[in-house]
Amino acid sequence: MTKLTWLRKNLFNTWYNSALTVICFVLLFRALQGAVVWATTKAQWAVVQINLPLFLVGRFPQTEYWRVWVVLAIAFSLAAITAVVFLGKQRFAGFIKLVAPWLSLIWVLSFPVILWLIGGGFGLRPVSSNLWNGLLLTLFMAAISIVLSFPIGVLLALGRTSKLPVIRWFSILYIEIIRGVPLIGILFLAQVMLPLLLPTDFRLDRVLRAIAGLVLFSAAYMAENVRGGLQSVSRGQVEAAKALGLNTFFVILLIVLPQALRAVIPAIVGQFIGLFKDTSLLSLVGLVELTGISRSILAQPQFIGRYAETYLFVGLIYWLFCYLMSLASRRLEKQLNN
Amino acid sequence: MTNDKPPLWRDSRFWNIAGQLTALFLAALVVTVLVSNLNRNLQQLGIQFGFDFLKQQASFDIGETLIAYKPTDTYSLALLVGLINALRVAITGIILTTIVGVLAGVARLSDNWLVRNISLVYVEIFRNTPLLLQLLFWYFAVFLGFPKADNKISLWGLIGLSQNGIELPWFTLSPEFSALLLGLTFYTGAFIAEIVRGGIGSVSKGQWEAARSLGLKPGLIMRLVIFPQALRVIIPPLTSQYLNLTKNSSLAIAIGYPDIYFVASTTFNQTGRAVEVMLLLMLTYLALSLTISLIMNAFNRTVQIKER
Repeated sequence: MTKLTWLRKNLFNTWYNSALTVICFVLLFRALQGAVVWATTKAQWAVVQINLPLFLVGRFPQTEYWRVWVVLAIAFSLAAITAVVFLGKQRFAGFIKLVAPWLSLIWVLSFPVILWLIGGGFGLRPVSSNLWNGLLLTLFMAAISIVLSFPIGVLLALGRTSKLPVIRWFSILYIEIIRGVPLIGILFLAQVMLPLLLPTDFRLDRVLRAIAGLVLFSAAYMAENVRGGLQSVSRGQVEAAKALGLNTFFVILLIVLPQALRAVIPAIVGQFIGLFKDTSLLSLVGLVELTGISRSILAQPQFIGRYAETYLFVGLIYWLFCYLMSLASRRLEKQLNN
Repeated sequence: MTNDKPPLWRDSRFWNIAGQLTALFLAALVVTVLVSNLNRNLQQLGIQFGFDFLKQQASFDIGETLIAYKPTDTYSLALLVGLINALRVAITGIILTTIVGVLAGVARLSDNWLVRNISLVYVEIFRNTPLLLQLLFWYFAVFLGFPKADNKISLWGLIGLSQNGIELPWFTLSPEFSALLLGLTFYTGAFIAEIVRGGIGSVSKGQWEAARSLGLKPGLIMRLVIFPQALRVIIPPLTSQYLNLTKNSSLAIAIGYPDIYFVASTTFNQTGRAVEVMLLLMLTYLALSLTISLIMNAFNRTVQIKER
């Protein structure tokens, strides 16, 4: 197909499509022109250049940056290994066979290691959680919340599909109340109410309270995702397992859950993307994650009024992570459907 | 014949009842411990539970109100003002976001390459960045970046844009309201666009072909044949987007629009009554969610296939 026929087919096939093309083209051109002129002449990008380390790791001590790099390397290699296993290429068949059974264990074990590298202790210089800011804190909060909300969500989903009325109603009540209230309300609840509900001498720091809020919130949505997976397991599976003489506990653990969870992996990735974006609300309850640190940078006298530059840069970081994750999730979905 | 009856510990009914009783007992225990902690902590703070404070003077001003309100009025009136403000942004937001979302969703399926890809870029940008950041951008970078009111930007002499917000011929929208409305509209619209695209895509190809062979024009095919069928798939996820928009309107607090969450938060700061304010907020949002769900479910019933 030559360029001309492509143009005629895709842009100018009818008179109204031609008109639409011209209007869109003019608007797009003016918008792009305005954006380029602004970005090259009026914008002052120094706010991004000077504060780059602040955006990424916040006030994490400079001498300890290598620890962040190691964590990054661990996370990337784990992600790469997982991707290889899931894509199941013939070339790596031997490798996959070797690694696959250990994959979940490696992930679970990597968590305390990462926590140790960031937080310190046991021979490393301790770094207080007040100093983990910026993108580092955003990623940390999203990851830990999704991991912690997973078991609670599975239990709630099982509770909601249970035949026992008391357990079912408890689960429904919890899930529906949490889903009916905005996240900022739950974060407020966790920051203000949690200290009131716990014994007086029991104090949680701000980061832990925020994690509690995110987990309470995320578990309810996780439960609904997992419930979708539970419904996709056919009744025949349960009946066959019962006929083999397994009791309810083992039927759920060995037959239902593995199939259900496999079906909801894309939904869980979607929820992780949502949670990653939602961590921005933590800036409203006093945490200095990516959005929070951009607000405190903008409060410095030398950068006052540089809103557009800062928010565009921070938005780009969020966008990159979310877009890559959604691409990965789409690939995964295709893979699982095959 | 007593031998035929299984022993108690092999009887699943026994375990079912025992398990539920244990669950009830544990829940009651947890609630008791939490409430007693709460009582002790509140006592230490010198606060007694009760809603009497609602009758006290609020003594803070609210930037924009639809009903008469002054700082000497009560907290309950202030909260009502906040609720009305929240409803205002939620209702206009739902209407606007439906328009934006449907347009963008249909544009995704256009046979015009440029239109299709502009819509794609819109959806991918707005869906993959946090709403809070978008709201901050709209408010601080866009609206506060506009010129002062005396040399406002005029669009076709109808709409004026300035730091005072959006000036329409018959009234003016404050910058806080405009930023919140635009932020919510375009963010939720990106999700609705994907829902609409999926819904239209789910209508089988035969329907298009049949409609075309009847001689209908493309616009009419969409309106009379495809869209009514797509609605059946679209409405349930659309409902949850409406709920999200309503809940997300609480982010107004970040840009200073006085919705119910903003007013409740100020009330808490002044009175220290965390429990009561939290209960009021939760009940309000649950009531809002329930109302939207009921309306949308009723609407959903009218578009579903009626089996006779």
